[in-house]
Amino acid sequence: MELLTQVRWSPYLVGVVIGMLSWATFLISKQPLACSTTFAKLIGMIEMGFTGKKAELKPYYQKLKLVVDWQMMLVLGIIIGALFSALLSGDFRWQWVPSTWENSFGGDPLLRILVALAGGIILGFGARWANGCTSGHGISGTLQLAVSSWISAVCFFIGGIVAANLIFRIIV
Amino acid sequence: METKTLEKKEIKTRSPLLWGLGFGIVFGFLLQKGGATNYDVIIGQLLLTDFTVVKIMLSAVLTGMIGIHAMKSLGWVRLNPKSGSAGMNIIGGLIFGIGFAVLGYCPGTIAGAVGNGYLDATVGGLAGILIGSGLFAALYPRLSQGILKMGDFGDLTLPRLFKVKDWVVVIPVAALIILLLYLLERSGL
Repeated sequence: MELLTQVRWSPYLVGVVIGMLSWATFLISKQPLACSTTFAKLIGMIEMGFTGKKAELKPYYQKLKLVVDWQMMLVLGIIIGALFSALLSGDFRWQWVPSTWENSFGGDPLLRILVALAGGIILGFGARWANGCTSGHGISGTLQLAVSSWISAVCFFIGGIVAANLIFRIIV
Repeated sequence: METKTLEKKEIKTRSPLLWGLGFGIVFGFLLQKGGATNYDVIIGQLLLTDFTVVKIMLSAVLTGMIGIHAMKSLGWVRLNPKSGSAGMNIIGGLIFGIGFAVLGYCPGTIAGAVGNGYLDATVGGLAGILIGSGLFAALYPRLSQGILKMGDFGDLTLPRLFKVKDWVVVIPVAALIILLLYLLERSGL
């Protein structure tokens, strides 16, 4: 039980158990661990709330099928699981500005929110373009040895490392 | 065609939403315990000062890859590698990477960050991901037959690319991952 209340686990323990979790999702649900399609379905459903059929008939949403599915429940579960873990260890906190950001750009929540919004737009757009994210390509796709996923995962980190260094070591 | 619809039906009936929720809870719990729901940890990885994220991912891929291929050899599971193309995965991957650094979360870890109480993720990041996804859906008809098809290679896997059996790739990749993790530890990262 002490393990459950620890703030951090070894990254190797976490990684190995995530790997074993992927066995279970393949075996029981025939699904890979993946997250980003859920956000495309959600925005499609939101658009449907405003424009109805017009949104539903968009080719991309036709392709995805706008229904609540396994992956959407997975993403909902991630929120609950992380909350549970953070509460158990006392690591839960309401926080507007992360410390790495604050050290370089100050503690103004509005600036951080706007940058997070912009980052989210780029990330969401890129995830759809690449057809997957750090979990769908980065873990589930690479472990299946998919060429599309290995290329994507390498490019996620190239793009990320270059951009992070620009932001924190060149701009500042 | 008929077998395909049958398969689809099977996938549907064996993927009850409750299992998805349960697996998600475990996944979110693990991501939080690993520190991957934390902006500072993710940015530390991209600045190459903190290798937590890479350690989690590589040990997940190592464990997952061996188990999944063992189960495939036993005929228990069927793999479902994603189709791709140079235009899709290189350009999309680089765009994603930039967003990853600007936001400091990815689509999975942001859900965990929401559960962790991080409000920049909940208020800014989530809205952004939704907008970005919607933007892509709007542009999709113009992209789908052009740049996304450029350099198309279908659902190719590394074993099929090299025309070898799965394990001929699994074992060296596993060895490489272990070597990389060993080197990371040895250099104190």
